[in-house]
Amino acid sequence: MIKGDDDMKLKTLAMAGALTMAACAAQAEVKVGMITTLSGGGAGLGIDVRDGFMLAIEQSGRSDIEVIIEDDQRKPDIAVQLADKMIQSDKVDVMTGIIWSNLAMAVVPGAVAQGKFYLSPNAGPSALAGKGCNKNYFNVAWQNDNLHEAAGAYATDETFLNAFIMAPNYPAGQDALTGFKRYFDGNIAGEVYTQLGQTDYAAEIAQIRDSVADHVFFFLPGGMGISFLKQYADSGVKKPLIGPAFSFDQGILQAVGDAALGVKNTSQWNKDIDNPTNAAFVASFQEKYGRLPSLYASQGFDTGNLLISAVESADVADQDAFRAALEAADFNSTRGDFAFGNNHHPIQNIYVREVIKEGDVYTNKIVGTALEHHADAYAPECKM
Amino acid sequence: MSLILFIEQMLNGVQFGVMLFLMAAGLTLIFGVMGLINLAHGSLYMIGAFAAAWVAGMSGSFVLALIASLAAAAAAGALIELTVIRRLYDRDHLDQVLATFALILIFSEGTRWLFGSFPLFLEIPPYLSGPVTLPGGIEYPLYRLAIIGVGLLVAAGLFALIARTRIGIQIRAGEADREMIAALGVNISALYTIVFALGAALAGLAGALIGAIQSVQVGMGEPVLILAFVVIVIGGIGSIKGALVGAILVGLTDTLGRVLLPAVFAQFMAPQAASSVGSSLASMSIYILMAGVLVMRPSGLFGKA
Repeated sequence: MIKGDDDMKLKTLAMAGALTMAACAAQAEVKVGMITTLSGGGAGLGIDVRDGFMLAIEQSGRSDIEVIIEDDQRKPDIAVQLADKMIQSDKVDVMTGIIWSNLAMAVVPGAVAQGKFYLSPNAGPSALAGKGCNKNYFNVAWQNDNLHEAAGAYATDETFLNAFIMAPNYPAGQDALTGFKRYFDGNIAGEVYTQLGQTDYAAEIAQIRDSVADHVFFFLPGGMGISFLKQYADSGVKKPLIGPAFSFDQGILQAVGDAALGVKNTSQWNKDIDNPTNAAFVASFQEKYGRLPSLYASQGFDTGNLLISAVESADVADQDAFRAALEAADFNSTRGDFAFGNNHHPIQNIYVREVIKEGDVYTNKIVGTALEHHADAYAPECKM
Repeated sequence: MSLILFIEQMLNGVQFGVMLFLMAAGLTLIFGVMGLINLAHGSLYMIGAFAAAWVAGMSGSFVLALIASLAAAAAAGALIELTVIRRLYDRDHLDQVLATFALILIFSEGTRWLFGSFPLFLEIPPYLSGPVTLPGGIEYPLYRLAIIGVGLLVAAGLFALIARTRIGIQIRAGEADREMIAALGVNISALYTIVFALGAALAGLAGALIGAIQSVQVGMGEPVLILAFVVIVIGGIGSIKGALVGAILVGLTDTLGRVLLPAVFAQFMAPQAASSVGSSLASMSIYILMAGVLVMRPSGLFGKA
């Protein structure tokens, strides 16, 4: 009898313990602070990242991940204020969302120094990949130079001999041209820095026409790229264009129209990468938001799934375990296999895409691989 | 650099200048007549471009799109004149800057609310697309020549309007003495609404014309607005002639600076450094021009002292 009683007590205790643990697990919410650009000129990118990220959270069906979303208006000072508020009063565990490198440089070092995890869905400045790498900083997209390096490798593969290269005169633009030259074996026939935000490219196009270049590499993100592509197509200059995906994403192509058709561009993602995760992502994104996903949306989606994979296997309060779970990157990426290098930046394939028209919609298709299992040039400098 | 390329770049400079004139003409008209600093002028430019892109997408006609841009920007201009701007004429410039800056934010978010965050598509009509060969073998885009033509027509039209018509006389009289012209029986409120709508329509037309070779997106007006202010300061505030001369000066300085300065530095520097330094200096060139003009003529080239 006595033994039986004890048995019962033990069972009850075990039950109670299990219940308490379950209750604890339900309370152990992960708070995510997302700072991204939702108004002003670059809002399309932030909206895509947010929508991709939230789609991943929604599909996981988890109720223990709380996401606080704020708009940085593409202004570093506002991003810093938002980050302070999220860290001090909202007490977030993980931060994400920033699109622009200058904003990332203003927010990320402070956030990781205060013991927060930061998962970058886009910006990958070289300063955070090399000497300034941090154990709590993960980049899910790319290091800034990667797509430009791939463009250089592609131009070399195509045996182009003389390049005319062009980018805006600011740090990311200088990185772009450096990245291209790192992998391009031919000559540089012309090297031009345009003004940031420049809208008229007649003078540069005249220089391109006049030069001996056999192709043009340009990095002009957002509206600058739209303006350049339209003006280049109208100028009658026929030298082939190569660029990173930023001037050819799904949000921009419709505004460029026929002027972009046939242009080669480099990207780590495209909607026709053949794996079940990507197919399901493209279909569900289109169903939920009524538009095709861009590479930014895929980056947001992958960031969300990386976070979910870590939440599933570790408690965010145990920083070492959570970090190890993030490093393992045990999730299904839209890019297929996904792995981090020693500096927490992806090691991945970078593809060559061509702009095509499907029905009424301008989009990209993959026509080759520029770089395989590509890591960034700054990884060796990272001591973690 | 060959002579042909240099001439082509001069043409590019003139063309860029005419583009700036289209924007600056409305701004200087409004400032000259009403003494109002209108930061929302760039928003009216954006409204013109969006209206044109929307109508062109619906109808496929570029002419209808241009008409829509004029109508939409004039209507938006008249609306803000009646509701907001009218209350600002007697206030100082700081209040005007504050209120019209608020209008920028309202128009930007309103446009995003209506059209979404992604850039719109507006293309050059087929009959104006592609390059033509000019004497000397220069291949030059026909559409850019058309912009030069439209800009010169607008300039001629504005000169005629101000110098030869009854409304022009009233505008000039209003510039000189607002109370007196009101006392003489001219409906000054209606006149101001008309002038403001006219300035807005010019901005809208510029937005539609330039939108076809640039990006039609929220916030497209603000970078051009800054250049337009430089233009009217150089030309002399309130002077249409000054706006035209100032715009072409700025266009030439900017274009030739961008082309020539990197080439000059390349004589004694590494190509990458030369390009970077040259480009940085080129982006300052128009402001140096402005400073130089203001030292010589503090009220601008054609301003009233």
